[in-house]
Order: sequence, then C-alpha cells, then structure tokens
Amino acid sequence: MSYSSPPPAKRQAGLADRLPGWLVPHLSGLHIAALLIALLLVGLLLVPVAQVMIVAFQDPATGAATLQNFVDFFRTSLFRESFWNSFYVSAMSVVVATAIALPLAYITTRFTFSGSILIQSLGFIPLIMPPFVGAVAMQLIFGRNGTVNLLLRDWFGIGIPFMEGLNGVILVQSIHYFPFILINLSASLRNIDRSMEEAAQNLGSHGIRLFRRVVFPLAMPGYIAGAALVFIKVFDDLGTPLLLNVNNMLAPQAFLRISSIGISDPMGYVISVILVVFSILSLWTSFLFMRGKEYATVQKGGGGMARRELKPIEKAMAYGVVVLILLLVLSPHIGLLLLSFGTIWSYAPLPDGYTLANYVTMWENSKTYILNTVLYAGVAATLDVIIGTAIAYIVIRTRIFGRQGLDYLATAALAVPGVVLGIGYLRTFHSIDVPLVDKPLASWWVIIALALMVRRLPYALRACTAALQQVSLALEEAAESLGATKRRTIQKIVVPLMTGGILAGFVTSFATAAVELSATIMLVSSNNDAPLSYGIYLFMQTPSGRGAGAALGIVAVVVVAIGTIASQIIIERDKKLRASGEQR
Amino acid sequence: MERAGIKIEDVHLSFGETKVLKGVNLEIKPGEFFAFLGPSGSGKSTLLRAIAGFGPTPQGSIRIGGRDVVKLSPWTRNVGMVFQSYALWPHMSVRENVGFGLKERKMPARQIRPKVDAALELVGLQRLAERMPNQLSGGQQQRIALARTIVVEPEVLLLDEPLSNLDASLRVQMRRELLRLQRQLGLTTIFVTHDQEEANTTSDRMAVLDGGVIQQIGTPQELYDQPANLFVARFLGTANILKGRVESYGDQARFVTATGDSLSLSGSTPSEGGNIVLRPQNIQISREAGRNALPGKVLHKEFLGSQIRYLVEAGGTEIVVDQSHSSGVDWYEVGADVHLLANTDNAVVL
Repeated sequence: MSYSSPPPAKRQAGLADRLPGWLVPHLSGLHIAALLIALLLVGLLLVPVAQVMIVAFQDPATGAATLQNFVDFFRTSLFRESFWNSFYVSAMSVVVATAIALPLAYITTRFTFSGSILIQSLGFIPLIMPPFVGAVAMQLIFGRNGTVNLLLRDWFGIGIPFMEGLNGVILVQSIHYFPFILINLSASLRNIDRSMEEAAQNLGSHGIRLFRRVVFPLAMPGYIAGAALVFIKVFDDLGTPLLLNVNNMLAPQAFLRISSIGISDPMGYVISVILVVFSILSLWTSFLFMRGKEYATVQKGGGGMARRELKPIEKAMAYGVVVLILLLVLSPHIGLLLLSFGTIWSYAPLPDGYTLANYVTMWENSKTYILNTVLYAGVAATLDVIIGTAIAYIVIRTRIFGRQGLDYLATAALAVPGVVLGIGYLRTFHSIDVPLVDKPLASWWVIIALALMVRRLPYALRACTAALQQVSLALEEAAESLGATKRRTIQKIVVPLMTGGILAGFVTSFATAAVELSATIMLVSSNNDAPLSYGIYLFMQTPSGRGAGAALGIVAVVVVAIGTIASQIIIERDKKLRASGEQR
Repeated sequence: MERAGIKIEDVHLSFGETKVLKGVNLEIKPGEFFAFLGPSGSGKSTLLRAIAGFGPTPQGSIRIGGRDVVKLSPWTRNVGMVFQSYALWPHMSVRENVGFGLKERKMPARQIRPKVDAALELVGLQRLAERMPNQLSGGQQQRIALARTIVVEPEVLLLDEPLSNLDASLRVQMRRELLRLQRQLGLTTIFVTHDQEEANTTSDRMAVLDGGVIQQIGTPQELYDQPANLFVARFLGTANILKGRVESYGDQARFVTATGDSLSLSGSTPSEGGNIVLRPQNIQISREAGRNALPGKVLHKEFLGSQIRYLVEAGGTEIVVDQSHSSGVDWYEVGADVHLLANTDNAVVL
C-alpha cells in the first residue's frame, strides 16, 4: 500500500520524461486520496484488530509472547462450554434455516406457483428486523409460558421447549438468517440450465432421485455460500444471546469479561481470536468449495429450469407448507407489534389489553437514542459512500499501485465480528485523548460512528463498484477529449451517473448501521451517547420496560424497512433511467 | 439394439397463444438417419423435444416402435437425446456421467463399469473416464454426451443441433463420426440442424420445416433437384427464381419470363406455376446469344477459386451464375453485356 514519494520533480521537460515512469511518480489527487483511505483503514481496522490479536498472545503481566491465555481458556470449563455452545448453535441454526429455506426455494423455482411472489417478498422480511429485537417477542410467543405453549398445554397437555436456553437462540437466529440461504439457493436453482435436468430425465431419472443426484448438487455452491454466511453471522452474534439471557456462548462471554473485568483481561481477546479464526475458516471453506465449481449457468441453446404445474393435492400441500413457514417467519414481527401495543402480556396467549402508552413512554425516554442513531448512522453512511466511491474509482479506473489492496482491506471488515472490532477500539483508543473534549477517543461518540462506518463500508463499496461498472469509460473519455480535467470529469460526469448506486449504498449503510448492536454495545460509554439499538437492549432488561422497548423496536424495523424499500426503488428507477438513456 | 420406427400423426403444439407445430405428419423407418432441417423458429427443435417428452404435451400421436408415447413421461420413453449444450453434469466425472442412466435403471455397479468402458471405447475416449467435464474440449464433451446417451441402449437417438457448438473443422470430423456410429449401431436417429450441408452429408432422408409445417420430405438429392415449393428451393442451395408463365403448344412447352424472354421446357418438367428455378451451375454465361438465352448485364463478380460467381441482371431479376475457373478462361467485366444460356433439363417450375 505504501508508495514512496520522492519530492515532486520539477516539471522540467526533458529529464523527467526521459526517466522511467516508476522513478518519477506523478502524484495526483487520486494518489493522495488512495493514501488517505489506506491510512484510515489501517488505523480503524487493521491496527485495532492486530492489537486484539497481539494482546491475546501476550502475558497480561509482563507483555511477553505466550500461549498461556489459550491454555487458560481451554482449561476453564465455562469457556469450553461456551465454545461448544457457539459451535452447536451455529451449526443447528444452519440446519433449521435450511429446513425453512429449502422447501421455499424449491417450490418457487421449480413449479408455477402463484404464492411465489409472496414468498419472494415475505421471505426477506426477517432481514429488515435486527435479530435481537425479535428475540423478546419470540419469548412471549414460543417461550415456556408463551402463546404457543399455553395453547398446547390447554389442548394437548404438552409443552415444547422452543425457547429454552440454546434452543431459543437457534430458533431466533435461523428465523432471522434463513433468507441468506433462500436468496443464494434460489439464485443457484434458477441458474441451472434446463438441459441439465432434461438430460437426467431423458436417461430415466425423476422426482426425488433427480433432485438428489442432479439438481441439488448443481445448486450446492449457492447453498454453501448461504450456509457459510448463516454460520458465521450466528457464531459472531452478540445481541440475540444477550437479550435471551444466554451467556454461555463466546460473544457474550467476551462482552461480559470486558465489561465486568475490564479491558486488561486477556480472555476477551482470546475469544476474539477464536471468532476471527472461525470467520476466516468458514469463508475459506466456502471459497474452497466453490472453487472450480462455476457451474454452468444458462448455456447456449438452453434456458432456466423448466417449471412444472402442481397437481391440486400438491398445490394444497405446497400452500400449507408455505403458510406455516411464513407464519413462523413473521412471528417475531407479530409478537413485537402485539407487545408494543399491549398493556400486560404475561401467562396469556395474547396481551390483556391494548394501548398506545408504550409509544408515549418510548418517545419520552428515547429521543436521545433516536437522535444519536440518526447522527451516528448518518455520519457512518456518508463517509461510507464517499470512501466507497473513491475506492471504486481507484480500483476500476486507475492503475495506482496497490489499488486492489484497498478493496481487500475495506472488504476484510466483513470477516471481523462486531465484538472484536469493539474490543479492538477500546484497547487501541482508550489511551488516546481527544483534545478539547478532554476524554479518551474510545469513549467519545465519534468512535461509535467510525466503528459503524468501518463495519458497513463493504456494503457501500459493493454498491458503488456496481454503479461505477455501469458507467461506460467512453463517457469519461468524451469529457476528457473535450478538455475536462480528471477532477472535473469525476465531478461532472462520473459521480452524477453513479448517483443511484451511491444513494442505494447510503441507504443500505444507514439502515443497517442504525440497528447494529455488537460493536456499539462495547463502545457506548454513557446512556447519553447510546443509539437506538442500545436503548432497546436497556428497555428489554426489565419486564416493565418491554412494552416501550418493543415500541422502539418497531421504530427500528420501520427505519430498516423504509431504507430497504427506498434503496430498491432507487436502484429500479436508476435502471430505468439508464435503459432509456442507452442507445440501441 | 432394437430398431424402432417413429410415426408422427397430426401433431399440433402451442406455447400459450403461439402455434409452433401445425399438423405435422412424418414416418421415420427403423435404422434410418433422418434430419430435421429448417431456419430457427421453424419448429424443428420443438418437434424433437416433443418426441423426447419435453415441453408442452402436443395433440396428435407420436409412436415409437408402435407405442404411443405422447402421454408418457420423458423418463419412461427410452429415447436417447443429445443436447445442444451437451448438458454434461459438471459435478460428476465422465464415468459417473456415462453411468448415470444405467444406475437409474438400478443396474448393479459391477455390470455398469464394463458397459461404461465399452461406450467410452466406442467414442474413442476411454482414457478420459476419470476426468471432470470442465477438463474436456468441446469435441470431447460432445462424444461423452453421445456415449452417455447410447450406453442405455435407447430405441431411438435424438440429436439437437449437436455440432453447433464446435468449430468448423471439428464439425466436419464429428459429423463423419456420428454417421459411422449410427451405421455401426443401426440406431434410428433424428438429427436437428439449420445447416443444410450437415443435413445433406449425413442423412438418409430429411424433412424441411418452416413455420411449424413440414415443407417436404425426401432424400437430400430429391429435395435439391425437385423442391416442392419456393421455400425449399431457396433454402437448399442457391436458387435463381424467375417469374413468368408457362405457355403450351401441343406437347411443347416454354416458360416466358416477365421480360418476355422464352425458355423451352423439356417434357419431364412439370408445367404448372409462375416461377422457374434455375441452379447457378445450370446456366452458362456467354457473349453470344443462342437457344434458351436471356440477355443481361454483369452487375458484380466474385472470384471463389475453383469458380467465378457472377451476378447478372436478366429476366427481370438478378441471377447468380457459377462458372468453373481455369486459367485462360474468358472473364466478363462488370457492366459487360452477356447472354445466359439456361439448361432447362434440370429446371423446376413452381
């Protein structure tokens, strides 16, 4: 990433031109931008994470390199149990999420089924709710004394421990994350060439055997990509176990150690290393699995999978399955809505009465949270799209040395769990004092915004890259040939043409940053600095605060929903605009 | 292997509102190499897929070896199909691909192995058995697809544009290979193509399709020499078509063109219709007038090596004339006034 820059050579025609180009780098504004971004990412991502790694391998007393912390970790039965629990919960969430996603993906891609659009849209609704928000509502519906178990007890005299301990985490996580599998698996299934299936039928294969021997193996890369994502998200997640009061898992242990014992306790760092290693391992596994399996997307003379008509009985069954799954998937939303409008909801299938009081309480107590959220997410998303646009331009349009490294560095944030970034910031920035404000950088509100910025940068970067890839180079060259400088060209041609993509990136970053909990919970130093997600966490700690917490949760859902819809509308409108401007 | 004939009777098929096949009747003899030839959108692939059981269920009947298969599922028909894209499954090795159908038929593994080896040997690729499809060239994939289909001993073999994804020289080699295999196995085979050269060189008989209707059925020579209509005449080779009318005087007949020139017709030429079809090689170009001569002017000429192709304005249209080339032959310059001497023995009036 470093390019040594000797003092700018004087533009003496002759000498500089005769020297090889690498000896006399022409430092442009873009070079400086690249350098600044690189420094920013090193400081806000690489250094904090490296700090965490180093501390994990240091003797807390002497600072000498040691593996003792890891030995201690695995000698403590609570940590061993947490490790196993995290692993078990992640694996089981993948299994349950698959059980939800597979039928939906199969039915929608394989059959002409009028419910397909319903599934395609409702299937994504879980993603617009932060998982921890739904957790408490799920307790009230599926918990020991929740709606479902009360009814089961009344009717059949049985109870099912949906939400007991780890089961609760698995249920909430798989309901929240199954869309990742659904999206990837559906895309893979749709991309299978029709002739692949027909060739198998032609040779005598059909039904379940056809699916097992040909269709599913061909969709495997998409499935693995989705499953790896679910695994890693669940493995890293802090909010859901915390809200369900399940503390014997890795992320909650890291949080509790740091928040109760302090940032000098090495166990939080050891856990961070394990989280990062698992993140990278599962991304790597999915990469290995996908390598060399760029399976035939639609080939010449082919077409997407043939859709079959359902027989009436099959149709009834398909609708049954779909409705059941959708009910399950929507239960956190339904529960949250009931909770937010309910008076008292305890030992009863439904709340005792309905009121708006929770929203009033919420508004009176949460103004700061909401304002903070708008501020933090706004700052983070603005920086994200500025940096994202710059990186996209540098990577795609320039030949600056190390440009690809910028992309990798920004994207690497995906592999860093929020807890780890939070711990890294605490460790790295607690000793740096902010002048004028007179407090350590680690407890200044700006650091929360910066953490959110780093966490959401990969998403914004992808949006900006996609947008820039659609701007033809010829449009820039036309401007330059008419005398516009590089900077004017970027200002007047490139950025305006990228507006749609940039805006979509902004909205996505904003909406997801607004409900992020795992990094922020580590960095919030006082309630006055807390954002909305932290506010929900605080409300949910007491039974009396639940109603208001649910109301705030509804606010969060609405924010993310509006963001998602807005970014979709922007992208669609941009596409149309582009299509109408295109010459054919 | 069992040889089965195919009998197609009054087959209609629509995609939604669009009628793709409009009353197709066709009989293919056991062991015949039969080609469906037509432009894209003519319905040839749709007809082939209907025989295999893919796409919407057609009306009418399709009999394979006497059994009506219209209502049968594809996996119960026992017809082998080679797809245009080959459709080799990328997650299975060559051996697994070829053995797939046998395994579906619940054949024990120890019987599958020798059969797969034999099929691979037949296409000359036994050494590639353990490779994955993405490690094969286009021609090799084509052969594996063929081996995978014939190993299950289907009653008929269907080839959907099997050569279209190969480069030109390989295409010539593969079509000879296909023909050799077909003769060796005696398998009733249907070959779909839009390339008349492919159809001409391989098939015993062929059907030319256009607009979902069979235009003509016959051997390649019959179709070339005796096209049933203008579409077939134009589609097979180059055809010069002059408009005009037939005039008869007793048992003598002549064709009078729109420009008033007259061409005498031999007794064997059917004498109904307002068009005469002349192939380029049946016209001589000359500076002198003579019998059956049309006066004209050279518009364009192309040197093709063994031949010189002239475009001549005559008889109210532009006529393509091929003259074989040897050194020292008289050349006609663009703009030259010439006469075209038509050999009407091979002409067809439509």
